[in-house]
Amino acid sequence: MSMDAVFKALADPSRRRLLDLLHAKNGQTLGELCSELDMTRQAVTKHLVLLEGANLIATQKRGREKIHYINPVPINDIADRWIGKFERHRVRALADLKKMLEKES
Amino acid sequence: MSKFVYVTYIKTTPEKLWEALVTPEFTKQYWLGVSQVSDWIVGSPWKLVFDDGRVADTGEVLEIDPPRKLVVSWQNEFRPELKEEGHSRATFEIASVGELAMLTVTHEIDREGSKLIEAVSGGWPAILSSLKTLLETGKALEGWR
Repeated sequence: MSMDAVFKALADPSRRRLLDLLHAKNGQTLGELCSELDMTRQAVTKHLVLLEGANLIATQKRGREKIHYINPVPINDIADRWIGKFERHRVRALADLKKMLEKES
Repeated sequence: MSKFVYVTYIKTTPEKLWEALVTPEFTKQYWLGVSQVSDWIVGSPWKLVFDDGRVADTGEVLEIDPPRKLVVSWQNEFRPELKEEGHSRATFEIASVGELAMLTVTHEIDREGSKLIEAVSGGWPAILSSLKTLLETGKALEGWR
């Protein structure tokens, strides 16, 4: 459960896309996730296993199905490690400013 | 149904993690300055209170099995639009994984697009990171109000 595993998991665009899909709609089955991606079921499964190994997603069983939830706690741990306590508000303000300005243009 | 599931792995024992969950003096160190208050018996009231005595959330203990599982009903008390959604349900589960304790927090409510779930989901990752830091280093993350 190391930060290395988190960074490795986040290094792949397909896995980031999977996290985006769960961020948009939390709690999806493998089938639902596959329908959004141009990848084989096997490939998606492999990415999900890696994401779960890095603790970036949590899963729960519902009958025969597995439901996937995004788990941002390890990313929060990383933010806490480097961004720290008091800077966070300022960093957030800068992020908000960037978002606002980019939306305008 | 609105729901999220958060998981963190902490280098501690299930017993210490349980104590951190249910002891008010402990909880307020990592839980955004609020304490969980209850006598921890099924059917007993449960609440989250600020340092100055204001009540943030209320509910009751639905299930308790130290040091493995705690389920509480949970209703917000200070934001009318969240209070009107009624009771949600928070489940804390602790499991041993090697030398680590795995904490799973599930928070759910029987309605789509819940504002309560959206509101608490912003707080949980920070609370769990702070809890992890507290148990592993003895110090919670500072800067919380």
